[in-house]
Amino acid sequence: MTIRACLGLMILLLFSSTISTALFEDQVGLADWHQKYIGKVKHAIFHTQKTGRKRVVVSTEENVVASLDLRTGDIFWRHVLGEIDRIDQVDITLGKYVVTLSSGGSILRAWNLPDGQMIWESILQVSAPSKSLLHVPANMNVGKDNLILVFGGSSIHALSSTDGQIVWRKELSTNSLEIQQVFQPHDSDIIYALGFIGSSEFVAYYVNYKTGEVLQQSKASFKSGFCGEASLASDDVIVALDASRTYLVSISFRNGVINFQQIYIPDLIPEFFGKATLLPSKYNGILAVDIASSIVLLRVKGVNELEIIEKIIHPSAISDSLPLSKEQQAFAILQHDESRIHFKVKFDTDLTSEVLKETIQMDGQRGNVEKVFINNYIRTDRTHGFRVLVVMEDHSLLLVQQGEIVWSREDGLASIVDSTTSELPVEKEGVSVAEVEHSLFEWLKGHFLKLKGTLMLASPDEVAAIQAIRLKSFEKNKMTRDHNGFRKLIIVLTRAGKVLALHTGDGRIVWSVLLPVLRKSETCGNPFALNVYQWQVPHHHAMHENPSVLVVGRCGHNFDAPGIFSIVDAYTGKVHNSLVLEHSVRHIMPLPLTDSTEQHLHIVIDNNLHAHLYPKTSDSVKIFLDEMPNIYWYSVEVGKNIIKGYSLEIKGELDMAENVFQPKELWSIVFPSKSETIALTATRKMNEIVHTQAKIIADQDVMYKYISKNILFVATVAPKASGEIGSATPEEAWLYAYLIDTVSGRILHRVAHQGAQGPIHAVVSENWVVYHYFNLRAHRHEMSVIEIYDQSREDNKDVWKLVLGKHNLTTPISSYSKPDVTVKSQSYFFTHSVKSMAVTATAKGITSKQLLIGTIGDQVLALDKRFLDPRRSVNPTQSEKEEGIIPLTDSLPVVPQSYVTHALQVEGLRGIVTTPAKLESTTLVFSYGVDLFFTRIAPSRTYDSLTEDFSYALLLLTIVALVAALLVTWALSEKKELREKWR
Amino acid sequence: MGSSRGRSLVLFTLSTLLLVSIAGGFQSDELLQDDEEFGLEGGRPAADPALSTPTRPPIRRRPDPDLPSGSPDSKSVQFSLEHQFGGSGFFPAGTFTARLKSWSHGGQTLTKLRFSRNALTEEEKGAFERLLKEDGYYTIRVPSNVLNAPGRDFVISSVRARCIPRESLDEHFIIHTDGVNIVAVNYGSAGACQYPRMLKYPAKWSFTSFTVLKNSEQAPRTPTFAEELLAGEDGLGEGVKPPEKSFWAKYWMYLIPLVFIVLNAMTQAMNMPEEQTAGQSTQAQRTPSTTVRRR
Repeated sequence: MTIRACLGLMILLLFSSTISTALFEDQVGLADWHQKYIGKVKHAIFHTQKTGRKRVVVSTEENVVASLDLRTGDIFWRHVLGEIDRIDQVDITLGKYVVTLSSGGSILRAWNLPDGQMIWESILQVSAPSKSLLHVPANMNVGKDNLILVFGGSSIHALSSTDGQIVWRKELSTNSLEIQQVFQPHDSDIIYALGFIGSSEFVAYYVNYKTGEVLQQSKASFKSGFCGEASLASDDVIVALDASRTYLVSISFRNGVINFQQIYIPDLIPEFFGKATLLPSKYNGILAVDIASSIVLLRVKGVNELEIIEKIIHPSAISDSLPLSKEQQAFAILQHDESRIHFKVKFDTDLTSEVLKETIQMDGQRGNVEKVFINNYIRTDRTHGFRVLVVMEDHSLLLVQQGEIVWSREDGLASIVDSTTSELPVEKEGVSVAEVEHSLFEWLKGHFLKLKGTLMLASPDEVAAIQAIRLKSFEKNKMTRDHNGFRKLIIVLTRAGKVLALHTGDGRIVWSVLLPVLRKSETCGNPFALNVYQWQVPHHHAMHENPSVLVVGRCGHNFDAPGIFSIVDAYTGKVHNSLVLEHSVRHIMPLPLTDSTEQHLHIVIDNNLHAHLYPKTSDSVKIFLDEMPNIYWYSVEVGKNIIKGYSLEIKGELDMAENVFQPKELWSIVFPSKSETIALTATRKMNEIVHTQAKIIADQDVMYKYISKNILFVATVAPKASGEIGSATPEEAWLYAYLIDTVSGRILHRVAHQGAQGPIHAVVSENWVVYHYFNLRAHRHEMSVIEIYDQSREDNKDVWKLVLGKHNLTTPISSYSKPDVTVKSQSYFFTHSVKSMAVTATAKGITSKQLLIGTIGDQVLALDKRFLDPRRSVNPTQSEKEEGIIPLTDSLPVVPQSYVTHALQVEGLRGIVTTPAKLESTTLVFSYGVDLFFTRIAPSRTYDSLTEDFSYALLLLTIVALVAALLVTWALSEKKELREKWR
Repeated sequence: MGSSRGRSLVLFTLSTLLLVSIAGGFQSDELLQDDEEFGLEGGRPAADPALSTPTRPPIRRRPDPDLPSGSPDSKSVQFSLEHQFGGSGFFPAGTFTARLKSWSHGGQTLTKLRFSRNALTEEEKGAFERLLKEDGYYTIRVPSNVLNAPGRDFVISSVRARCIPRESLDEHFIIHTDGVNIVAVNYGSAGACQYPRMLKYPAKWSFTSFTVLKNSEQAPRTPTFAEELLAGEDGLGEGVKPPEKSFWAKYWMYLIPLVFIVLNAMTQAMNMPEEQTAGQSTQAQRTPSTTVRRR
C-alpha cells in the first residue's frame, strides 16, 4: 500500500514539474468545441434595410440581445446582459439603433445595428421596478430628433434617440400605476397613455410629446376590478379583463369621458369555461382571447358590440400584426395538426380568406408553437411574401418560409439545468472490409501528409489539409467507445424539459427528446425539470442492455408539488417509463447499490421527510434492507438555519408495494440566527476516486488524509452581510466555515473569518475544501483552503508495528469513533470574482488536481491545487522544494496560458462539470451557460499516452531506415571480413 | 506546530485525568487550570444530590458564590441535558454548569463547563440494555440557547448505544458554542468505536463523562508580503547560502564505486601472477593456429 503510494507520488512529482500547459494555435478545436446560443426568444424585431442584409434582432429570456442572419440563423452579434439585468423590451429607432429597456425599466441602451457596438446608455430614475413600456414613435420623419418614451414606475421619461439624453421627465405622482398601452394617433403630438391604478381604477393620460405636459387626465374606477391585462381595440376603445377573468370590459375613453361595458364571456363564447387570457396584439378593431381550448378572434364593432370572427383550436399560436400599408395589416396563424403545422396569413381587412396557406412538416420533439413573429418580403413576382420566426415549446427557434424550415436553432441548450455523461456502446466485431480499406487508405494518406508536415516539406495547401484532417478526425466522432474514454455522450436536461445527448467529439446532437411528462398538461400545470441521474449503467452480465438516465422534475415550484420521473434510454433517447409520482420530491439520493438488472437504487425524500425507494421492486427492497442501518442522510433548512441528520426506520409493517420509510432524527446543528445564516453547502462528488490515503511529505514522512465521503462543508455569514459586497462594514461581517461529518453530526472543524463576506463558492475534494469569498478588510477576493488529516493512523508509520501486524490499516473506520484530526489552512488573495468552481477528476485519482474556476469574464481558469497548499511557506526547505511546495506568495497567480477556454468565452457561465476519461491523465471538462464549451485537459500533462500529433509514420520510417542501415552495414562488414580472410 | 500543540493537549488531558483519578473522593469545584477552551471533569453520578433530582430544571441564573464579588460581569448558568432511548421521549439526564463571562465589547462567552450526570434509574438501565441489544441510537439533546432555553430549538446528537460501554459507560461531549448559543453538541464514545459493533455490557452502570467546550477558531490573516518583497529585491544578489556539506556527504556516491573499482583491480592484480603460467600456455597454443589461418 505505502509502496504504491510512494510510486504514485513519485510519478506525480515527476510530471508535475510543469506548472501550466498551454495550447498552440493549431491545437484549437482539436479536442474542444464551443457552441453559441441565445436562449428562448421573447421579442423579435425584423429589420429589412434596402441595402439587403436582412437580419432579425431578438431579445431572450437569458437576457441576450442578438442580431441573427435571417438566411442562416447565424449570430451577427450578441450581448449577454446578465442575470440581474432582465430585458423588458427591445425596439429599433432611427433605422440604425437597437434600443433595449432592461432592469425593470431603469436602464435604456442603444446598440448599433450593423455591429452591435453600444452607442449610449441611460440610467433612469425609477421609484420601484415595475412593468415598463418602451414607446418608439414609428411615423416620425427621419432627421428630426426623435424621442423615445419610457413608461414605468409611475413616471414617463423622454430620451433623445441620438445620444440618450433625457429631454423631459414627468412624474405622474400616482402610486401603483401600471401603464398598459401607449399609442400616438397618426400625425399628432399627443400621446395616449392608458393604464390601471391598483386593481380597480382605469386612467387615461394625454401627454404632449414634445414637452411632457399632461394635457388631460381622466380616471374612473370599476368595482369588480381588473386582472391587469388590456388590449387596444381602436383609437378610443380598449378591452380589459376583469379580476375573475370571466368578463371582458370594454372601456371607451373618447375625449376624456370613460365608459365601462361588461360582457360576460360565456354569453359570447358558449363553450368557454375557466379563465381567459388576452393575447397582446395591436390589430385594428380585432381582439384575440385565449380560452382553454382555443384562441378566439373577436371584432370590436362598438363599445358594446363584439362579434366572433374565428375560433382557432389549440394548439396554435397567433402573431402580432404587421402593417403593410396605412389601412392594411397582416397577421399569421400557426395551427398544429399532429406532426404538421398549418401556416396561414390573413389581412385584417378581409378575415374570411387567407393570403397564404402552407403546411410544414415538424419534428415531434419540438413540442408546440409558443410564439410567432411575422415578417414580409417582396417576391420575385412583386407580390407580398411572408415568413415567420417560430419559437417552439423546447425553446428552439425556426424560420419558416415557403412551407419549409429554412433554419433552426436549438436554443434550449442555453438553459441547461443539469447534465450527466454516458458511455458509448462498445465497438462490435465484424466491421465490413470496405470500411476498413477506406479508413486504412485515409489513415495512410493522413500520416503521409503529417510526415510531410513534420519534415517541413508540406506546401501551405497541404498544411491546411493537415489541419482540416486533424479537426474533422473520423476517429473522434465515432459512435463507439474508444480506448482512452474520450468519446462519451453528454446528456443534458434543459429548462424546457428537453433531454439532449451531445457527442463529446464535436458537440453534435445525437438525439433529443422533449419529455411528455415535463410538458404542460391538465394533471401537471406548471412542470419544471430538476435533475438528471444515471439510472442504469450496465456492465458485466447486463452488457447487452442500453444504459439509461433518470430525469426528475416537479409539478410546480412548491416543494409539496408532486414529483415527476422519467427514464430515458441513453443511446436512443427512447422514453422507457415516465410517471407522475404520488409524493413530492425534496431530495434525491442515488445510492451506491444496484439491483440485479444494474439499476441504481435511489431514495427520494418527500416534503414530509418520508423516504421512498426506487425502483419499486422486491429485489431492490431486499438489497436496501440489508444496508438500511448504514444509510444516513441530512437536510439543510436554509431559511431556518438548521441542519438535521436522519437515519431511516420502519414504523410498523413495511408496505412492500409502497416502500416508504420514516425518518429518525439523529442530530441537529442550530446556527444562531442573530449571527449566522447559511450561505452555502458543498459536498464531495459521490463518484470521486482517491488513489491513496497517504500523503508523502518532505523527509520521507507520511501524513494520512482524512478521507470521508460524508464530509459536508457549510459556510455561514453574518445576516447583515448576506447582501451584496459593500452592504456591510468589515466589523459587522464575518464568515464561518464548518466541516461536518454527516453521519454523526460532528463538527470536525470550525473557523471564523472576520471581515469576510459572500458570495461564497466552494469545492470539496479528497480531504480538502477550497472556498472563495470577499475580504472586506483587504478589499480583495480571497481563497482559503482547509486540509484535514487523520491522526489516528499516525502510529502506522512505525515499521515494526507494520511488520508485527499491530497496525490499524485494515480496521474499518467508523464515524462514531472520536475523530483524531488535525487541520491545516491558509488563505490567499485572488484577483477575480468567481461564477462557478469545480475540480478535475481522473479515473484513478493519481494525477494531481486542478481547480477550474469560472471567472467573471466567462472563462474557465485552471489553477493548480499546489498553489492552494496550506503547507506553503516563505522559504521552503530543500526537501519541501523537492516535494513540489511552491514558496508562499500572498496572492494566487493567474497565468494567461492556463485558461482552459483559451480565447473563447462561455457567455453566462453557470456550471462546470468534470468527468474522468479512461486515460488516467485526462479529465473531460464541460462548461455551460448560455454557451457550451467542452474540452479535455491533462493537469499533469499526458504522461501516459503519446500526443495526437505524434508521427507514427516518422517512427516507422526511422525504424525502416535503421533496419536498412543495419542490413547495409552488415553486408559491408561481411564483405570486408571476407576480404580480410582472403588476404 | 499544529500536531505538537495537539500532542500537548492530549498530554494535558491525560495528566488531568490522572490527577482526577488519583484525587479519588475529592470533588473539586474549581477547574485545575483556567482554560477557556478546555474544561473537563469526571462526573460522578449522584455526587451532588441537589442536582440529581430528576426535575427538568429551568435555566437558573444565580450569582456565583465562588467568584470574588468584584466581578459582576461573570455569572453561572445551568442548562440541562436530556436523553432518549430509541423512540420514547426525552428525559432529564444531567446538568451542565458553566460560567458566563461578559466582555467589555458586549459579547458573552461560556467558560468553565462542568457536568454532573444523574444516576441511571433501573428503568433507564433496562432501556439502555435494550438499546444495546438492538444496536439502537442513544440520543441526547441540550437547548440551543443557554440563557432562555430551549432557544430556537434543541441541539440533538446521537450515537449507537454499543459505542459507549467500556469499563463503565464512557461518554464524550464536545459543545460548540457561539456566545450564549450552542451551535452543536458532538456526543460519542470517549475513544474509538469498533465496527462491527459487538454487544458488550459495561461492568459498571454509571457514566464517566468528559466534556469539552469549543469556540470557533479565528482564521489566520492572509499573509501580505509587500515589505518582504521589497526587502527581497534589495538583497537579491545575496541569497541564502545552503549550509556547507562535508566532503563525504557530497561525494559518497562517487567514492563508493571508486573504492570498489580499486578493490577489484587489486584482487585482479593479486590473482594475475597465479594465472600467468596457465595463461601463457594457452597463448602459446593459440598463437600458432592463428598464424596458420592467416596465411
